[in-house]
Amino acid sequence: MSTNTRTILICSGKGGVGKTTLTANLGIALAKQGVKTAVLDADFGLRNLDLLLGLENRIVYTAQEVLEESCRLDQALVKHKQEPNLALLPAGNPRMLDWLKPEDMQRIVKMLSDQFEYVLIDCPAGVEDGFKNAVSASKEAIVVTNPEVSAVRDADRVIGLLNTHSINPVQLVLNRVRPNMIANQEMLSVDDVTDILALPLLGLVLEDEQVIVSTNRGEPLTLSGSKSPAARCYSNIASRLKGEDIPLIDPSKEGSRIRDKFKRLMQTKIF
Amino acid sequence: MTLRDILNKLLRRQEASANTARERLQLVLAHDRTDLSPDLLDQMRREILEVVAKYVEIDIEEGAVSLETEDRMTALVANLPIRRDPSGAIKTKELTTIDSSEEQTQTNN
Repeated sequence: MSTNTRTILICSGKGGVGKTTLTANLGIALAKQGVKTAVLDADFGLRNLDLLLGLENRIVYTAQEVLEESCRLDQALVKHKQEPNLALLPAGNPRMLDWLKPEDMQRIVKMLSDQFEYVLIDCPAGVEDGFKNAVSASKEAIVVTNPEVSAVRDADRVIGLLNTHSINPVQLVLNRVRPNMIANQEMLSVDDVTDILALPLLGLVLEDEQVIVSTNRGEPLTLSGSKSPAARCYSNIASRLKGEDIPLIDPSKEGSRIRDKFKRLMQTKIF
Repeated sequence: MTLRDILNKLLRRQEASANTARERLQLVLAHDRTDLSPDLLDQMRREILEVVAKYVEIDIEEGAVSLETEDRMTALVANLPIRRDPSGAIKTKELTTIDSSEEQTQTNN
């Protein structure tokens, strides 16, 4: 399994754009589709993946003990009860950052690759050592960004760095898209962002209050088979990642009420 | 121009912010991607103009050197209008071997 394993870094540069939420939802969605998936929390400083997956109380060992060889990998892996195809390798103590090297990260990911088909690596924000360690252990990357100037600028910086590390492919996920604001031309459109960053779009995620509800519960939206906008988007992204041909959601087609139709009329190009 | 733009103009409302965001981003990214500070770019612009002005008479005021980015490739684009004398010929300085019939010179890197 090792050589075919896809090790995918989920990164963004800027914090708070939705890396961890995407990792959790993608992990569950892939597992649901029958793919043996590991999610690795590489954000040792500010770990949260366990919380979003609702696994925070089941952690016994972490990546740290695995690296120190004081436990076996399968002792540290936390299997998801409802989706046994998914396992989390929790981040170790923040003090690990003092000694963690790219080789350590590569060693951990290699171990995971022997057991899983997909390894999703939740990258820390920033472009410092934590990021570099995580990049060194990845073959592919998903860059998450929001349609906001600061997030796009930081994404651009990260894409530049990924290119120097021969990560391929690098794909884009545009998170927290608000069709209403795009219709009002008060938000960068999907095309604006893909043009500026010049990356293939793996998918977009519509802004959705249910995301907060699901994180409150520690149950990713994709777990319950919810039909909420973001849940659909996450599932589509998982399918596309596997190579399925799923058409992108067109934000301008979201909403069919008269008000939405009027807004579309207002942005029709006349000349 | 969209219906909304026209309405905004008529009502003298502020332009929708997405355009502003796009323009600001394109500018800041062009600089980020090259790691050139605005000061350095300005100095380079002046030196390029000086070199070209040694050979042909150019309109220094109209000359522009900028960074343009497309598909993650950044190009340094110099747009230097060359002055013509009343007969329409290009005004060259002294004896030069430069033979350019183009109105504008473009340099890409």
